[in-house]
Amino acid sequence: MRSTFGSPVLDAATRLLVPFMWLFAAYVLIHGHDSPGGGFQAGVILAASLILLRLVRGQGSRPNLSSRDAVTCACAGPLLYGGIGVASLLSGGNFLDYGVLPLPMDPVQVRVIGTLGIEAGVMVGVTGVLVLIFDVLAPWDDGTV
Amino acid sequence: MTQHLPILIVLCPLAAALVVPLVARVSARAARALTMLATLSSLVCAVAALRVALREGDWHYHLGGWAPPWGIEYVVDPLGGGMAVIVALLATLVSLYAGPHVRGLSSLRGAAFDSLFLLLTTGLLGIALTGDLFNLYVFLEVSSLAAYALLASGGERAVVATFRYALIGTIAASFYLLGLGYLYALTGTLNMADLAIQLEAVPPGSAMTVGIVLLVVGLAIKMAVFPLHGWMPDAYTYAPPPVTMFIAAVMSKVSAYALIRVLFFVLPAGDAVETARAVLSWVAVGGVLAGSILALAQTDVRRMLVYSSVGQMGYIVLGLSIGNAAALTGALLHVVGHAAAKGCLFGAIGSLPRQTVQAEIGGLAGAARRAPLAMAAFTIAALSLVGLPPTAGFFSKWYLLRGALDADAWLFAVVLLVSSLLGAVYFFRVLEQVYFVPDPSAPDTDVPSPASPPSWRMVVPVLTLGAAVLLIGLFNGVLVSSVIQHALPEL
Repeated sequence: MRSTFGSPVLDAATRLLVPFMWLFAAYVLIHGHDSPGGGFQAGVILAASLILLRLVRGQGSRPNLSSRDAVTCACAGPLLYGGIGVASLLSGGNFLDYGVLPLPMDPVQVRVIGTLGIEAGVMVGVTGVLVLIFDVLAPWDDGTV
Repeated sequence: MTQHLPILIVLCPLAAALVVPLVARVSARAARALTMLATLSSLVCAVAALRVALREGDWHYHLGGWAPPWGIEYVVDPLGGGMAVIVALLATLVSLYAGPHVRGLSSLRGAAFDSLFLLLTTGLLGIALTGDLFNLYVFLEVSSLAAYALLASGGERAVVATFRYALIGTIAASFYLLGLGYLYALTGTLNMADLAIQLEAVPPGSAMTVGIVLLVVGLAIKMAVFPLHGWMPDAYTYAPPPVTMFIAAVMSKVSAYALIRVLFFVLPAGDAVETARAVLSWVAVGGVLAGSILALAQTDVRRMLVYSSVGQMGYIVLGLSIGNAAALTGALLHVVGHAAAKGCLFGAIGSLPRQTVQAEIGGLAGAARRAPLAMAAFTIAALSLVGLPPTAGFFSKWYLLRGALDADAWLFAVVLLVSSLLGAVYFFRVLEQVYFVPDPSAPDTDVPSPASPPSWRMVVPVLTLGAAVLLIGLFNGVLVSSVIQHALPEL
């Protein structure tokens, strides 16, 4: 990417926008169980906020998700998903049978929490991958990705 | 944990694919070790699961505890389990073989290579094990996307060739998905076993015909059946050696497995399937002849091997289109034997030092002196593709021939024999260079040229596959009676 699009107006607008995007991402994630939404959509919104920060404030913006951290997210998200699957496998069910997780709640709630954990994994993974795609398509002038 | 073996086969490489990029930041060696450990444990699980399935009957594993047809199930039966063992075995050998290649890359790219390789393995194992046609599509895409990235990592020409493959492969996957959509619309189920039952009750009609055509064409493109093989030569030729070795060995076989599964285990026997098989048989005859003739015309060894694959896929398609017990046994034995032989051939060529092989056939002069072991394995595998006893290729062709004669298909029998002759011509052309033409770089001496011999990491997998080709041939009776015979559909 040649340079950032930073200007005082954009900067102020971004500062205002980003926290609400995060809040909306959290809402879409948590409410995805009963309404349209879910981990993928939440991840896209989260990634959009991070890419917006990159476009307006550049590489050194705070908060920032570096490419390296994006790779970590892209791996950690699916690992969280699989980890919940393996956890249910270890507590006596089949893979991804997260109703059997040993949590002090009734089985319906356990299943909801399990779904939420899986969706959170999807969100983290999607965020990481989308930020990575942006970084790969728009490398910085000094060649760093 | 033993009751979870079916899922662990897929889970081992998948989990490792996600962990490898993180581990590689700390230690590249640990990441490599993890890759090999994951493929090896997948192999162990696959063998154990297949043994259980052979002893106690098909093994159904319900993901998330949801019973089919609502949930996704994995099925280890002799056919799918056997396929998983082949894929996992090749993956284990190639993960060792890839060592020198990965070490030549930066740690970031090396980790990406290993991660993609593990994802490709995951996808192929998933196709072999899933009992759900939509899940099969997902794994088809997982393996294809990983394969595109791996094939494209061979340099600029590889990128162009792979881009074309990506376009054609995406069309193929869409065909498959569309065909599946028709079947889903007719029955409302995606589970293979349930679909087979429900489709019996559906009267034959245009929707079913279109669905079958789309499924078969989609899978045929993925298999690179002649005349849909156009994407394959370039894509395989320019890829890094370990990638070509793995993909050429198993990827089209797994698609062939999917076609067998769909044609014989899901779709109801009837006019539509009969017609599809009749068309496939002529396509196969064309493929066997065209593949052999085009292989003759190549000057690049790797391209020659790719065109020989087009011909060999023709044998497999021929076997399943004849469709009697002997022909299907031959097709399945050929899947096993050709996977080992083609992996061995590409592995042996790829193990030669870069400066000595321009991949031109002439560049192989004196290769037997520089890499005697790899070239010995190459010779065994080549003889197997020609079909000389006691290698695997002889026996699979024998079964195919018997199947063709049982079905009174004399033309197919003639085609089998003619193409074997052509195979002999193009392979002996290479073997002549390898063994009898002196090395031009060391014209007057008997000492080996200074080019370093291939690393043991590359030689051991190639030798293992060469030995496997011989063993499959020698013990084909055991293999057929203990596994393949149980993998056949009820005819």
